[in-house]
Amino acid sequence: MGKTFVEKILGKWVGRTIHAGEYVEIFPHFCMSDDNVSDVINIFKMTGAQRIAYKERIVIVFDHAVPPPTEVHASKQDRVRKFVETNNLPHFYDLNSRGGICHQVMCQEGFILPGIIIVGSDSHTCTGGALGAFAAGIGRTDAAAIWATGKTWFLVPDTIRIDLKGNFQQGVYAKDLIIRIIGDLGASGAIYKAVEFHGTNELSISERMTICNMGIEMGAKTTICKPDDKVIQYISNRAKRDDWEVIWADTDAEYSAIYSYDLSEIRPGLACPHTVDNYATVSSMVGVAIDKAYIGTCTNSRIEDLRVCAQVLEGKKIKVRTIVQPASWDVYKNAMHEGLLDIFLDAGCVVAMPGCGPCMGIHGGILASGEVCISTSNRNFAGRMGSRDSYIYLASPATVAWSAVHGEIRDPMEVIK
Amino acid sequence: MRINGRVWKYGDDINTDVIFPGKYTFSVTDADRMVNHALEDLDERFRYEMRPGDIIVAGDNWGCGSSREQAVKCLKAIGVGAIIAKSFSRIYFRNAINVGLPVIICPQIVEYVEKGDFLEIDFVNGMIYFEEKKWAFKSLPTFLQSIIDDGGMLQYLKKVNKE
Repeated sequence: MGKTFVEKILGKWVGRTIHAGEYVEIFPHFCMSDDNVSDVINIFKMTGAQRIAYKERIVIVFDHAVPPPTEVHASKQDRVRKFVETNNLPHFYDLNSRGGICHQVMCQEGFILPGIIIVGSDSHTCTGGALGAFAAGIGRTDAAAIWATGKTWFLVPDTIRIDLKGNFQQGVYAKDLIIRIIGDLGASGAIYKAVEFHGTNELSISERMTICNMGIEMGAKTTICKPDDKVIQYISNRAKRDDWEVIWADTDAEYSAIYSYDLSEIRPGLACPHTVDNYATVSSMVGVAIDKAYIGTCTNSRIEDLRVCAQVLEGKKIKVRTIVQPASWDVYKNAMHEGLLDIFLDAGCVVAMPGCGPCMGIHGGILASGEVCISTSNRNFAGRMGSRDSYIYLASPATVAWSAVHGEIRDPMEVIK
Repeated sequence: MRINGRVWKYGDDINTDVIFPGKYTFSVTDADRMVNHALEDLDERFRYEMRPGDIIVAGDNWGCGSSREQAVKCLKAIGVGAIIAKSFSRIYFRNAINVGLPVIICPQIVEYVEKGDFLEIDFVNGMIYFEEKKWAFKSLPTFLQSIIDDGGMLQYLKKVNKE
């Protein structure tokens, strides 16, 4: 019997043959933390460790509250800065034009590579599976333990295989696919499991990141797309390590479930309030009034997403407040060079500095009671973006932009043909 | 290590909000006070009637929802001996190991036992005993069992760093 991706990659780094259901100890190649690094530092200090085991493996990215919206955030960040300086940590992405949303930064700065082990104290760390890494979210105590010892543990998960075939129709995107899959499998459909996506070669790296990013919304430990030439091209000139290797499942691997999707049958979709698995097609919800549109987050604010939005918004005027927040300053700069920011501003949108703030209601765009937002983000729980009495619809960038033009939910297949 | 205790039985998808309500996440952070809210929105009698060493038996996906560690800490603090479930949410399972609360995946036993049944658990050999019956479960490897034995990841690391 062959092996799944996780059995092969974890087996490689543990140095023996392993199977789903086993516990393994492993030394992750990179351990990322976002702003919650201030808690990681506190726990690390409590362990009594004299030094950090592998400084070069620690990555810190400020993105949740940048620039700091309150004095409390500012003081926490100040303490982190001092810790980074005192301990001479090499990979620190402060408020700086190399920075942005942590999962975007991890990919574009070359930390995420095929065949290596990535952990992060942020649940959307699974985004890194788009480049063929084993990438999983961990807790703050877990991260502090890695700082102290260099290692962590995993229960080797069972794997669900999802086979993709065909091509999307015009106006349909990776976001529509993944929220449909989450709707089908349910919010707990992949609990404690790995999810392998097969047949992703037609999808761009950006689309794969959107898909892997939302694996956690069905409970997955890690999500992976098969690394191919597109990945190797993406990482060349960026790779921070040279011991990466393309690893993929054997053709006769054993899966706990196999699903199959024909991309040509996917339609623009929505995750309706207040759970990510509350799926509806956009066409069934046309006309629902919205107060605000948000184009941003680690799910859907890369240059490819912004190009789609610009295609929809060019020459149009929005009817509701619309925030466009690029995934990183690199994306921001490219969008500026391509003239996309002009299109957004001419349409009436505002462009925010890269970061996560509005997605979890920290700052930079909080929803009031009764407000309805259509968003390209990944979670629509009650209160996520502000008031517990606000409503969030998750959708593709095209759906969000086209809905912003109308002030109500509208189907992007009307405009992208 | 062996423990024994009475069963408290619950169903599937028990989320961390009913194990430890979210409204206390930032206000109740010390163990002594956490016990006053253990399973508050799931079983009003639990925190008054349970005895140290008692065992929670549940269905699938115990501990789904938020990652708050109090949902583990409140049960450890009140004296729960172990949680046996068909399956756990991944973050809850990790938190439990890190906090030092024994968690056991053993689907076979869940339908068989009821509230008030008296179980004995042998962690070293991975066996659960109830009357004449017994069930095997996959015991934790030594490196994880020693984290639980030391009372959680932080205590374990303190000990390791002292040695």
